[in-house]
Amino acid sequence: MAFRSAVITFPGSNCDRDMADALEKVSGTAPHRVWHGDGALPENLDFIALPGGFSYGDYLRSGAMAARSPVMRAVIDTAARGVPVLGVCNGFQVLTEAGLLPGALMRNAGIRFVCREVLLTVENSQSLFTAHYTAGQQIRIPIAHHDGNYFADAQTLDRLEGEGRVAFRYAEAVNGSARDIAGVLNQAGNVLGMMPHPERAIEAAHGGTDGRALFEAAIKGLVRA
Amino acid sequence: MKVRVHVSLKNGVLDPQGRAIHHAIEGLGFAGVQDVRAGRLIELEVDDSVTDAALDEMASKLLANMVIENYRIERVSA
Repeated sequence: MAFRSAVITFPGSNCDRDMADALEKVSGTAPHRVWHGDGALPENLDFIALPGGFSYGDYLRSGAMAARSPVMRAVIDTAARGVPVLGVCNGFQVLTEAGLLPGALMRNAGIRFVCREVLLTVENSQSLFTAHYTAGQQIRIPIAHHDGNYFADAQTLDRLEGEGRVAFRYAEAVNGSARDIAGVLNQAGNVLGMMPHPERAIEAAHGGTDGRALFEAAIKGLVRA
Repeated sequence: MKVRVHVSLKNGVLDPQGRAIHHAIEGLGFAGVQDVRAGRLIELEVDDSVTDAALDEMASKLLANMVIENYRIERVSA
């Protein structure tokens, strides 16, 4: 059966085409494109992606307005049924604002927008999204964000680490994130938020292909299931 | 009725913007400023019938992110 995925576009999203392109190239099937004002998602989805960008111009807080848009109620319900949800960059900010992931993403500690490739360490290779990496593996993925400074209280950070919910860590100082966290999973393991852009590293023309294994793992994991 | 919602970062949460403002103040030659924290002021014009509980909910559900921020609600008489 064909892989059924959806990419949500908010006003101000700007990585939605890259995300759709990555999902289509890796799965062979073009994702549904869903507008933020839609109250419902396509039925029987296998995968939902929240792309990067600057939804609602980052008004109030990055991701704050998008997290309260009509489609997010459907995303929250669908995630609760175990459907995988990937939020990248602004998508990660939306997931934390929507309460699907703990913590918050604050202004980079160095104030500046950071746009470059960074080294990440794969912390958990057991998740749906990271099963094609090995724990401790270093991968090179682009970042481009102003508000990527992950914050959560010490108790939450301890719990995330204890439960293997830190998916990726920056292998270098990037934005001041607590414990260098670059990506976190929800408790059930079906929701991943990350600031780096794996969809920008899936083919040689991108300058790197280390992001491809994330999509391959998620898509193959679903076909098996 | 006017309502002011003051949103500020919780104690212990690093405030890079406040720090940059602090540096800029010092750059202007002002001495004696020990710390700067930047927050947000949101003014609402509401009917008198809007309850404190409703305002509280607006603030905690949207205006402030309770992971990193606190808020204070102030009703301003017209």
